[in-house]
Amino acid sequence: MSALLEVNNISKRFGGLQAVDRLSLTVNEGEILGLIGPNGAGKSTVFNLINGVYPPDGGSIVFVGQDITGGPPYRVARQGIARAHQIVQPLGGLSVLDNCTVGACFGRQGLGLVPAREVAREVVDMIGLGDRPDMLAASLTTAGKKRLELARALSARPRLLLLDEVLAGLNPTETEGMIETVHKIRDSGVAILMIEHIMRAVMSLSDRIVVLNLGSKLAEGSPQQVADNPEVITAYLGDSKLLSVAEKPA
Amino acid sequence: MWRRPFLWFIVAAALVYALYPYFTDDVGMRESLLLAAVYIILASNLNLMIGYAGYVNFGNIVFFGLGGYICLYLVTALHWHVIPAALTGGAAVSALALLFGLGILRLRGAFFALATIGVNQAIQQLVVNFEPWGGATGIYLSLDAYGPLGGPMQALWTTYLMIVAVTTASLLASYAIRHSKFGLGLLAIGQNEDAASVLGVPTPRYKAMVYSASAFLPAVAGGLYFFKSGIIEPSSAFNLQTSIEAIVMVMLGGSGTILGPALGAFLYEELRGFLLTAQSFSQFQLVIAGALLLLIVQFVPGGLLGWVHQRWPRTRRWLE
Amino acid sequence: MIGILASVIDGILIGAVYGLAAMGLTLIWGVMNVINLAHGAIVVVGMFVLYMLVSALGLPAYGAVPVMIVLGFVIGIGLYWIGVHRMIGRPELMSLLSTFALNMVLIGLGTAWWTTSPYNVQVNMPSVSWRGYTFTGTHITAAALAVVIAGLLYLLLYHTRIGKAVRAVATNREAAELCGIPTTQVLAMAFGLGVALAGVSGTLIATMFPFTVLSGEAYQLKSFVVTVLGGLGNPAGALMGGIALGLIEGLATPFMPVSWIPIVEFGLFVFCLIAFPRGIFSFTKA
Repeated sequence: MSALLEVNNISKRFGGLQAVDRLSLTVNEGEILGLIGPNGAGKSTVFNLINGVYPPDGGSIVFVGQDITGGPPYRVARQGIARAHQIVQPLGGLSVLDNCTVGACFGRQGLGLVPAREVAREVVDMIGLGDRPDMLAASLTTAGKKRLELARALSARPRLLLLDEVLAGLNPTETEGMIETVHKIRDSGVAILMIEHIMRAVMSLSDRIVVLNLGSKLAEGSPQQVADNPEVITAYLGDSKLLSVAEKPA
Repeated sequence: MWRRPFLWFIVAAALVYALYPYFTDDVGMRESLLLAAVYIILASNLNLMIGYAGYVNFGNIVFFGLGGYICLYLVTALHWHVIPAALTGGAAVSALALLFGLGILRLRGAFFALATIGVNQAIQQLVVNFEPWGGATGIYLSLDAYGPLGGPMQALWTTYLMIVAVTTASLLASYAIRHSKFGLGLLAIGQNEDAASVLGVPTPRYKAMVYSASAFLPAVAGGLYFFKSGIIEPSSAFNLQTSIEAIVMVMLGGSGTILGPALGAFLYEELRGFLLTAQSFSQFQLVIAGALLLLIVQFVPGGLLGWVHQRWPRTRRWLE
Repeated sequence: MIGILASVIDGILIGAVYGLAAMGLTLIWGVMNVINLAHGAIVVVGMFVLYMLVSALGLPAYGAVPVMIVLGFVIGIGLYWIGVHRMIGRPELMSLLSTFALNMVLIGLGTAWWTTSPYNVQVNMPSVSWRGYTFTGTHITAAALAVVIAGLLYLLLYHTRIGKAVRAVATNREAAELCGIPTTQVLAMAFGLGVALAGVSGTLIATMFPFTVLSGEAYQLKSFVVTVLGGLGNPAGALMGGIALGLIEGLATPFMPVSWIPIVEFGLFVFCLIAFPRGIFSFTKA
């Protein structure tokens, strides 16, 4: 497997807080890399650094051989990295279909309006919003908005998808549906870097996992290796009962 | 694109608008329609900023005024024909806006709105101090200037037709932008600029482009309008009040729609004409405009068309 | 050299009053994220309150100051309920338009009542002479009152329960609400305070200079320049920003024609907005 995204030694400081501290990680072609860590470990900051929302204080980010360090976000998106936000950011006054058309128009392929609309329609169907393409994004339910985040990111036909807690706030049925969708996306050849708090989901979905604590890498390896790592248990899982859940992937 | 009935509707309406006073030979009507047409141009182009990209430009009148100055300067000092002079004014102002836009569009939301007020006032004061443009007294045209258009009387009709043509162009441009990739990107910016950027919309470039685009036709119209008036002075060219009224028009008709701002401009102008002639109201024009804006913003933020769309969702499809 | 010093000192005196006006603007911005575009109109209200009280009722000029503070507070609360309350939490553009609409109504009513001709209130204060330069008594008094009022605002914000509530709402409205603070009343009150400050600064300006119904626009722009210098939402920065603007005006006056001063101000304004979006004097986070 060849490396799609290489993050080398990036750091970011906000005032007195070292949010990310010399972090390196690699996402390979076609794999799902889980990024986990306790609250405030700097996971979302890593995403913001990768897609150029803010520039890192040091280090570099290379995507498919191109240096994309420091953004701007729209250039990173054009290179083929799409993102689903933790806090959903629908373009509320636009329809579901138009939201996805934006993704397709300005994403990796940079399609014209008409082909973009077709791509958007396909993705909307695949993600399960096909019954309400003309609904205004603002009037979707929470689960609907989460799906829209994902659909919009996929419409860009990215090579790498950044998923920031797409399962948070969903009920069990919706979670199942979403996990299935993520599998489908990976099978279509898109690599995924995902932040997730629901351990069962991360353990079952990820090929590899990186554990973040206080902005730096604590551990890296297969789900099983990470779950067995004593440092991870004390720093992150803390309670060994949580681990027993992790050991039995669904 | 010409298969769309909506476009034919615009063109037909423009033809009626242009020819009605011509055939009835009603000069009073022509003057009133001309003013309304100028407002439609201002509102329609301002809507590209407010309605599409979500940026309030309080100083939008600066385009109109600068366009007027450049055109009149070219006509008086260099003896150009009015049409190339007005177009040159439009191009120059548009280019200037592009440069300026790259700077002030780094500001978001309210900060941008404040800066646009500053820009308008600064340019007005600059022009007041700029002797080649007549300083505080401005530029006057002599009657000879109308020679190339067949004399002053004929020139009034010709400029009327030209302004209606610019109005039509404004509506068509609104339509074309609304139904383009560029327009979709602008709408995304208007909804959530950060999200748009993460989705790949090149926000700085698009914002500067729409700022510049929204400057062109108002600047051309400014050239034609002040040519027709025969005089331009800083206080009338950069009247902040007119700028604000243009915002009221956009909000009244429905920001973000194509016909809304034009409808708002027309209604507002007619309302104002009525208030000005009604003795007891003439003093309260500003109060009434203010109260109207207050009511719209608080209770019908979508304006007339927005309200219609909400009431009858199906109209969204054909009444844009 | 002394001439420049004199105009600098006068600039600082006037700047203190600009700072007071800007404080009203910045307080409202900081607490409810609303840029009050009726600010200039309220400054004008303060001017005409002075005119009415002195000319029509024969009150002593500085007697109008406390009257205006109370009146401004009441007007502010009224304006909040008419034009601002429904805008809280909606996009910024809506509150800009809404307060601008209030501005139009106020200016329109003022024009209908007083027309746009200039007014002047004669205030007799002894001048202070120093090495052959006279400093106008009204300027000194106005600056002193501005500083006193700013000090009172500071005491109110930082040493009373009400002030604590205001600051709590400014920091996090939802959390404040959860702590049992009646946030709506606090917002209305903060708006009232901001309007009172703007109004009383208008009263003080009117003791120094002639004015018209349309004077507000110029002072509103000055307030914007000041808030941008001082950092939006930062009352202490506003006073310093005001003095800085007064200083700039005072320094510029001897060197350039008066008609160029507005260009300097607007240019400075746009420049500061772009270069220092958080203000030059914002040491603390707003």
